[in-house]
Amino acid sequence: MIKTDICIIGAGPVGLFAVFEAGLLKMRCHLIDVLPQVGGQLSEIYPHKPIYDIPGYPTIKAQELVDRQMEQIAPFKPTFTLGERVENLQKQDDGSYHVIGSDGTIIHCQVIVIAGGLGCFEPRKPDLVNLELYEKSHVHYMVKDPERFRDKRIVIAGGGDSALDWTVYLANIAKEVTLVHRNDSFRGAPDSAEKVYHLAQNGKINLLMSHNLVSLGGNGHLEHIHLTNKQKEDIIVPTEDFIPLYGLSPKLGPIAEWGLNIDKNAIEVDTFDYATNIERIYAIGDINTYPGKLKLILCGYHEAALMCQSAFKYVYPDQKLSFKYTTVNGVNAF
Amino acid sequence: MLFKMENIINITVEDRNGTTQTIEVPTDINLSLMEILKASEYNILATCVGMALCATCHVQILNGMDSLSEATEQELDMLDTLPDADAESRLACQLHLTNENEGLTLKIRGTLQ
Repeated sequence: MIKTDICIIGAGPVGLFAVFEAGLLKMRCHLIDVLPQVGGQLSEIYPHKPIYDIPGYPTIKAQELVDRQMEQIAPFKPTFTLGERVENLQKQDDGSYHVIGSDGTIIHCQVIVIAGGLGCFEPRKPDLVNLELYEKSHVHYMVKDPERFRDKRIVIAGGGDSALDWTVYLANIAKEVTLVHRNDSFRGAPDSAEKVYHLAQNGKINLLMSHNLVSLGGNGHLEHIHLTNKQKEDIIVPTEDFIPLYGLSPKLGPIAEWGLNIDKNAIEVDTFDYATNIERIYAIGDINTYPGKLKLILCGYHEAALMCQSAFKYVYPDQKLSFKYTTVNGVNAF
Repeated sequence: MLFKMENIINITVEDRNGTTQTIEVPTDINLSLMEILKASEYNILATCVGMALCATCHVQILNGMDSLSEATEQELDMLDTLPDADAESRLACQLHLTNENEGLTLKIRGTLQ
């Protein structure tokens, strides 16, 4: 078990700066992030894009900002669990928490700070009748074990790289593969699209372009999928499994299940200290909401500073917090 | 003349319930269509705040598609992943309206989760 004062969920720019502010108050931090590297969106999505609204930097590339922040917090020796999603929080008898990761990591902490940015990227679900009915057993938003589909009839839906690649791969494993795409062409990699066309020409797969999904049907088990073609005619395709591959969209994920007050995919906080409705749990950065909220890195930094002033009482219940400027006091490393 | 109307256009918006209204949009302010719709009290998540990452500002252009700027590769890639997008689909966060867009008509399609 990892022991720390503050567990920060999300290692983006705001989570990283929280380490600095916590460090000034002698509070140690452990960060956990679903991504395999620190930096959040900045490193994952736009590392080379310039940011213009960081004080003191007329322009700075996203990855450089992350690198500089890592340098800034190094004296406070933060520890990291990367590539693991937080699944659950368990409150302990003394008020402290266990933060439980998807791979079994347990972090014992006095305070939880959610700095999760956009949340987790989860598979996008298509809108079709009876989806929920078969979701647990016969609908697969990702292919974890291709062998599961050996000698099965399957329908794959989507037109991106993932749909094309899995169609090609599963054509050799499944008994029958049908690929359904709502458009009349693919934007995915030309190589993969070429392979799919080739398989269709040779009768290895069924390719249904310009078809729309309507519903899933069956009797306890998935038996068929109902589609309409361009002429709005009904098409029924027998199938045992349905694999919709429509990319990922940002969602709160497990955070939504923790009893926090949520408004439009964001966590409601008190602007006094960015506390949530649950004691010892704070939310800072893009993942929180309050009247006048602006999703700016800059605002997240401010929220981190105020949060730490409030969190201090849980880490050092017997001490009085005295605020000190770094220009007066310096940065005292751990 | 007290007030020049040359930088204001009218666009027509249909919400998820099918209610239609025409709104006046200034074209000399640096706001995306997503921001304009939000400012006009339309319920749009815009989780990614305009980075073309979440597609919750998906709109269907019912009239005036030709007068809009062409979609970037990034916007097309994102639209391509949506189960319910078609040839009339755009992401409102990627659109900046000009005087050419007078009479634009659109329907809000983005999901609320």
